[in-house]
Amino acid sequence: MNIYQQIASNKRKTILLILGFIIFTIIFGYIISLFFDFGLLGLGVFLVIFGIITYISYYNSDKIVLSLSNAKPVKKEDYPQLYSIVENLSIGLGQKIPKVYVMQDPAMNAFATGRDPEHSAIAATTGLLQALDKQELEGVIAHELSHVRNYDIRLMSLVTILAGSIAIISDFFLRSLIFGGSDRKNSNGILIIIAIAAAILAPIAATLIKLSVSRKREYLADASGALLTRYPEGLASALEKISRHPKLKNSSHATAHMFIENPFSGKKTRDFFSNLYSTHPPAQERIKRLRQM
Amino acid sequence: MEILIGIAVIALVLVAFVWLTYNQLVTLRERIKEAISSIDVQLKRRLDLIPNLIETVKGYAKHEKQVLENVTNARASLMEAKSPEQKAAANNMLTDTLKSLFAVAESYPDLKASANFSKLQDELTDTEDKISYSRQFYNSNVLSYNTKIKMFPTNLIAGQFNFKEEQFFEAEPSSREPIKVSF
Repeated sequence: MNIYQQIASNKRKTILLILGFIIFTIIFGYIISLFFDFGLLGLGVFLVIFGIITYISYYNSDKIVLSLSNAKPVKKEDYPQLYSIVENLSIGLGQKIPKVYVMQDPAMNAFATGRDPEHSAIAATTGLLQALDKQELEGVIAHELSHVRNYDIRLMSLVTILAGSIAIISDFFLRSLIFGGSDRKNSNGILIIIAIAAAILAPIAATLIKLSVSRKREYLADASGALLTRYPEGLASALEKISRHPKLKNSSHATAHMFIENPFSGKKTRDFFSNLYSTHPPAQERIKRLRQM
Repeated sequence: MEILIGIAVIALVLVAFVWLTYNQLVTLRERIKEAISSIDVQLKRRLDLIPNLIETVKGYAKHEKQVLENVTNARASLMEAKSPEQKAAANNMLTDTLKSLFAVAESYPDLKASANFSKLQDELTDTEDKISYSRQFYNSNVLSYNTKIKMFPTNLIAGQFNFKEEQFFEAEPSSREPIKVSF
């Protein structure tokens, strides 16, 4: 597959995943409200709450992420190379130049945030800036800017919020089942079992979908970043350096999907479950794909 | 009656199609205009840096008249260029003359050591990078527009409303004589 085909195929798969997520959320909400005998009104309330949570998180996600990861805004004079790379690549994408942030951290990583190109920010660790040469840094920044351009940040924020809300609601449901009274009239045995199964499986499935969307977006950002720099080798060799390096100290699982490389667990297992649960595809696989372009 | 409704529906679909396609083509063409203006911004920055560069070089290397004149001429022709094609050609010529200027500068250690000179050199390199990225953005817009107006059925509407193919901003230097570098 060439770069254009990869971008197209990744986009198709992502749309399918998001549709699946929406249907899944509606079914889950419906089962819960059936169980509590709330009917369609219950489902409506469920979806409205979802909408409100999503709306609030959507407009504040960039601030939350930047402060969580301890990123500080920097001036052009202090980081001229980083700045001019960000400027050049933004010109190449024809989008507004994002705000530039730096994290004081010897580990190597970078991320982009912001709901659209007009409100975007890009952050890199000092470790990354020291270890990479210009072309490698260009590869990494192009990857991050592609996340912005492809609206991955918006997509991922929404998916994260949806998965999080499902987890909270199912948690609430299970607790009410354990501690709640048994005065419900709709105590149909099969329905209870389905509802419990749904409540247990939903957050797991939601997490898996979230991770799978995230990994798809990584390949897409790799491909479109390479299309922007016209030099896939830059990112490939940057990823090689990054994957050999100790992992980021200043990050939480909540923001893991934002970074250029998974900030946790340096182990490179081919284990099915660890692949399923990771926010990023294995670095080797990404490097291999980049070198095939 | 049913036939009339049928005809009306078909007519409506056709009008909607022409309307949407026309607007889409206008959007694509406007994007190209925006992209060329971002190239112009970078070209202007490059033009503005050159007089300063020439003054600096003159201070150390008075005798390199020919090289300096070539740069001045290339700059003048870039200022006069109108179409993307002309601009691209003039810009490539300027790149070549600057290359030989920097090659000549190698033999003047005082010039190379000058802080002003190396700052100008850095700024010119940065501007060249920016020109090449804005050219890339422009060309990708031209590519999608040109492809669109040639594809069926858009080509029928493009032909009807006179949407013409746009020129690429070529990066390759045209077939001019290589510039001699005299040390």
